[in-house]
Amino acid sequence: MNNLIVYLEIEDGIVGDVSLELLTKGRSLADELKCKLEAVAIGYQLDKIGDQVFPYGVDTLYLADDKRLSPYTTLPHTSVLVNLFKETEPQIAFMGATSVGRDLGPRVSSALFSGLTADCTSLEIGSYEDKKAGKTIDNLLYQIRPAFGGNIVATIVNPECRPQMATVREGVMKKEILDPNYKGTVKKLDVSKYVSDEDFVIEVIERHMEKSKLNIKGSPIIVAGGYGMGSAENFKMLYDLANTLGGEVGASRAAVDAGFVEHERQIGQTGVTVRPKLYIACGISGQIQHIAGMQDSSMIIAINNDPNAPINAIADYVITGNVEEVVPKMIKYYKKNSK
Amino acid sequence: MSFNIVVLAKQVPDTHNVGKDAMKADGTVNRAALPAIFNPEDLNALEQALRIKDKFPGTTVSLLSMGPVRAAKILREGLYRGADKGYLLSGREFAGSDSLATSYALSCAIKKMGKVDMIICGRQAIDGDTAQTGPQVAEKMGFPQITYTEEILDVTKKAITVKRRVERGVEVLKGKLPIVITVNGTAAPCRPRNAKRLMKYKYAKTATERQTSGTDYIDEDHSYLILNEWGANDIDHDPKWLGLGGSPTKVKSIQSVVFTAKESKKITADDVEIEEMMKELIANHTIG
Repeated sequence: MNNLIVYLEIEDGIVGDVSLELLTKGRSLADELKCKLEAVAIGYQLDKIGDQVFPYGVDTLYLADDKRLSPYTTLPHTSVLVNLFKETEPQIAFMGATSVGRDLGPRVSSALFSGLTADCTSLEIGSYEDKKAGKTIDNLLYQIRPAFGGNIVATIVNPECRPQMATVREGVMKKEILDPNYKGTVKKLDVSKYVSDEDFVIEVIERHMEKSKLNIKGSPIIVAGGYGMGSAENFKMLYDLANTLGGEVGASRAAVDAGFVEHERQIGQTGVTVRPKLYIACGISGQIQHIAGMQDSSMIIAINNDPNAPINAIADYVITGNVEEVVPKMIKYYKKNSK
Repeated sequence: MSFNIVVLAKQVPDTHNVGKDAMKADGTVNRAALPAIFNPEDLNALEQALRIKDKFPGTTVSLLSMGPVRAAKILREGLYRGADKGYLLSGREFAGSDSLATSYALSCAIKKMGKVDMIICGRQAIDGDTAQTGPQVAEKMGFPQITYTEEILDVTKKAITVKRRVERGVEVLKGKLPIVITVNGTAAPCRPRNAKRLMKYKYAKTATERQTSGTDYIDEDHSYLILNEWGANDIDHDPKWLGLGGSPTKVKSIQSVVFTAKESKKITADDVEIEEMMKELIANHTIG
């Protein structure tokens, strides 16, 4: 009772990184709250899930294993969670801020009348003073998220309703094994008691999921372009630089929205969060929503025409000049001086 | 065959132009201080609805928005582009709503609007980026939902087939009506204003707007100029689920984002300076 539970996102029998990151965060918060860490897997043929998640410190793993539960559709997964949460009364529930978690989370929160905060960038435990009621509530989950296009950071609490629900994007939290030999308990749920036939009104006709070919998150060097690159054509020189240095190409939201590069490369609050050794920002002014996704890079080079671009404030090297001129020179002098 | 479609639309502050006075002391947004626009993905949603209307004449597309009186502006914008009716849900009872209280209020309004086959809305609004209102309206209505829609492929009397784009791929789903559909920004853009419709609906107003402008009387021939304006009293609701009181999430604190400035080396595109920088990066093993 009153534990912390994580919804596991599963594709082809593999638990997603975002879920393992949430388990890592969940473990440390559960320790702070002196409660158990639980996980729930909903899908088909889930025998191998335990091996994947127990090392992250999961105490109880609930399995809802039924052919009809894979691939994911909204209503049956909602029913399993809603009924399980009514039964076990978790105090906190986490999901990935993915197309699954952002489809499922609001539905579950509405059914349970519990508050949900999307896209949290930080989760902490703290107290809240309810001035109207004249009382202080301890051990609440602080759900910290950027809002308003990233211009502010808000701390949200759910003083009354349980579970306190939050979604977090992939890459925001760190993934860390607690103990490779950690063993929890598996509890198999009788699926027929959790879902009804009416939950299966959506039919999956076609499904093409690709394993992400890009690994921007894991790349030690990222060359990112912004709206200032002007065109998809101009992005080519960024690929040249990335290839020369052994890195990946990323982009700001504005560049993605303008169609210069694919969405998968988007870095920032609504894309991926990265922490490379070197981040080269080309023609990126530095909207806060972008900076939030790359500020932890070890070294930052900003190339911009505008000497007052906001991104310059957090850069180690500020190059004021044209990207078209600077990038080829970087390639040239890297080749000349390396080896 | 024809359908009743409700398109949910939100007037949002243009978050690309946020000034210092945009937040009130209680942590809520001071919308008055910002330019207000039609939430971009709600326009994508409107287009999907209008395409169904193109295919099935006789279909009614009703726009519903919750917000202050000035949100009537986006209802007119929707009428210029092809919507049939506009509904504004407005009043102090709704103030301070989080996504759940908003969804409850919207669902009460939709129930009052009569039989509905589809509720279509943008995936998320640019002021909050939560993507919660669509699924929560669906839950409150007891309808299934399809989120992240890129294109509605087919509609029949009983079912809808939808292509949805998610992070790592594409799915085609078929669902029963009535249903809630949320639409991505990658879907087709909304058609522009139609000049004739612009002339026709230029003076469409809500009751409050008519009072303010002193044009309270509308004859029968011009009833299309009425934008329905509903307050809490006009919808069947339980007051405890509305507004701040009906919102389980509370804003504890708000901070403006300030990044700690680093000591930067400032250089130019000059060859010598770029070469010097590349040498430094190689020497400290950042690259190479």
